[in-house]
Amino acid sequence: MTLSIFLIVSAALFCIGLLAALSRRHAIFILIGIEMMLAAANINFIAFWRFAPQPAQPIGVMIVIFSIAIAAAEAAVGLAMVIAVYRHFRTTNVDQLDQLKG
Amino acid sequence: MNAWIMHNIWLIPATPIFVALFILSIGKHARMTSAMFAVLGQVAALTMSIFAFVPTLHASGFRVVENFTWFTFGEQSLRIGFVLDPLAAAMMLMISLVGLCIFVFSIGYMADDKNFSRFFAYLSFFSGAMLGVVVANSLLLLFVFWELVGLASYLLIGFWIERPSAAAAAKKAFITTRIGDMGFFVGILWLYHKSGTLLFYDAGRGCLEDVAVLGASATFIALLIFCGAVGKSGQFPLHVWLPDAMEGPTPVSALIHAATMVAAGVFLVARVYPIFAVDAINGVTPSLEVVVWIGVITGLMAALVAVAQSDIKRILAYSTVSQLGLMMVSLGVGGVAAGIMHLLAHGFFKALLFLGSGSVIHALHHEQDIRKMGGLRKLMPITFATYAVGMMALSGVPFFFSGGWTKEAVLDATFGWTPSRGPYYLLLLGVVLTALYMTRQVMYVFFGKPRADSNHAQESPSVMTIPLIVLAACTILFSVVLTPVWNWLEFYLVGHSGPELNLDRLLDLTILVSFVLVGLSIGLGVWLYRNAGDVDPLQKRLPAVFRFLENKMWIDETYDRTVIAFSWMTARISDWMDRHVWDGFVRGFAFVGQLFGAFTTDTDENVINAGVDETTGGARGFGRVMSRLHSGQIQTYLGAVALGMLALLLLYAWLT
Repeated sequence: MTLSIFLIVSAALFCIGLLAALSRRHAIFILIGIEMMLAAANINFIAFWRFAPQPAQPIGVMIVIFSIAIAAAEAAVGLAMVIAVYRHFRTTNVDQLDQLKG
Repeated sequence: MNAWIMHNIWLIPATPIFVALFILSIGKHARMTSAMFAVLGQVAALTMSIFAFVPTLHASGFRVVENFTWFTFGEQSLRIGFVLDPLAAAMMLMISLVGLCIFVFSIGYMADDKNFSRFFAYLSFFSGAMLGVVVANSLLLLFVFWELVGLASYLLIGFWIERPSAAAAAKKAFITTRIGDMGFFVGILWLYHKSGTLLFYDAGRGCLEDVAVLGASATFIALLIFCGAVGKSGQFPLHVWLPDAMEGPTPVSALIHAATMVAAGVFLVARVYPIFAVDAINGVTPSLEVVVWIGVITGLMAALVAVAQSDIKRILAYSTVSQLGLMMVSLGVGGVAAGIMHLLAHGFFKALLFLGSGSVIHALHHEQDIRKMGGLRKLMPITFATYAVGMMALSGVPFFFSGGWTKEAVLDATFGWTPSRGPYYLLLLGVVLTALYMTRQVMYVFFGKPRADSNHAQESPSVMTIPLIVLAACTILFSVVLTPVWNWLEFYLVGHSGPELNLDRLLDLTILVSFVLVGLSIGLGVWLYRNAGDVDPLQKRLPAVFRFLENKMWIDETYDRTVIAFSWMTARISDWMDRHVWDGFVRGFAFVGQLFGAFTTDTDENVINAGVDETTGGARGFGRVMSRLHSGQIQTYLGAVALGMLALLLLYAWLT
């Protein structure tokens, strides 16, 4: 188990998440993609911490625990927004949500 | 094999969970394959459970523990593990055997459903999670599986997602149990704070082996953990989700909301019993007294409500709530073995009853109102015979049915409770009511004249009747190890060697009293409902009482008016605050900005503008081009961000 294995997994996860966020039309799937990208970032944190010179100090884990908590809050806000959007526009298809058009 | 499985006990819960993931991955068109794999996974779990069960028979007080470190955090390391002891082994056997019967039954019951394979994936997932609860050797690991069980329950109650009532019931179940789990989780944290470990057994250092360090906080920890049990096992006041959970398919009601999942709360109390029993005087502690009274209230209330329900599954649901109350009482008064015995016996006969009702519902094309059934005895003989076995076991008919003996063991334990005789008499009343409502149900469904809907009913296919027969056989055969004359199971569970034959206990006074009461009650039921029509005989005699019970004592309505109304009101107030108070501030600032703006516009237009107009023409044209890029499509923006990021990265790579 070397550092690069973890980084490759994390990069792959990030790309999958990015692809989901870019290509899915359903707002909830986009949220899932964003969560996957966050998870990839967390894996990076953990991996760099674990292979750092001083893995005894649990800094990496602390950051990730905070990050997970924030991701949970973000998911709650995101889902609430999806519900609000659905109530307003009667759709969650992001192609039809273009009110921000300039 | 025995020794190998003893040390790899995690395989038993892991197998069904892997099967579930596999089924989900092969897609929904592989219907028979998914059913076959689910059944095979369950057979594997059952086989391994039997192999794990055999060694627990050899030695008294048998216990094998496999602990390992999950992760190390600084100097602390978190350890979890698996345990095999008589309690876990007996529970595993019951769960996998009942589960197998229900899986096979589902092949017939769900045959026309378009999401057939998803159903089996969820069932397998549930079964694995439940097996995990019983073999966990750490309160944290138990909690993880406990929540997975809750998730499986949510998915299965709301299985028919196109029905709004099913979605609402799933949500209600999930949220109600979450209230209890909140307390449970705080209890776990408190326990960890006091004892420094969440392992149950760890060579003398586990949190159940060294309970003295808990001191006075043990009472609070025990009560917080009990909150979780109250939620999951449908005890008063969090029982409201369980009857609504009948919205799920009937096999789900049988597996989750009768036989196994709801028993998890009872199992939890039995597992952490040493925490409840810290500093016990004559086996009585404040936390155990709470358990007893909650159990008594639940048992009696649910039995009363069940008398006036007309939905075949709701009657069984309330009877489940009532029986769970009975088990809680038994644990509370110190009869841990009796409570677990009743749990195991109840698992078999309640699964039998639910599957029997499923067979009836299937034959009547999803009619669930017992007042529209009748005369099914001749049309569905196998269902009737097996249902009668289940009904007699639940009512507590003596000698041949497991339920009769285990109910006796519970009553016997309750009779010896020192603080009060009250629970004993109240439980006796519950027993009478149980026999009454079960007789009522059977009279309505199987006897009398066939009514309009039940004219053309046909016996279900053998894939559905064979599980019924197996479960009925288990219900009868199981009673062999339960009799007070030779109560092998009780000794097995508490870890003593086998009992002597003891014929005297057959003539115990408490046994005779309850047997006479059950007989009288069934007789009363037969007389009362002998030719019941559309209007319930009880409704004619006591309309006010019947209405009160039919509406489930208005507990749901009370919650609507209090807790839910309060939460609505809070939401409204927050909304109002947001719209008027905070927005008011924002508008105030905006107004100041506007004033300032009005002032500056004046200067701007008259003084500065003249020279600038020419430049703006160019900017406007550029803006028009740029605004095309501004499509309003979030994903286009995100893509641009990603491309930009990539470009920056490439630039960085090129520069270094």
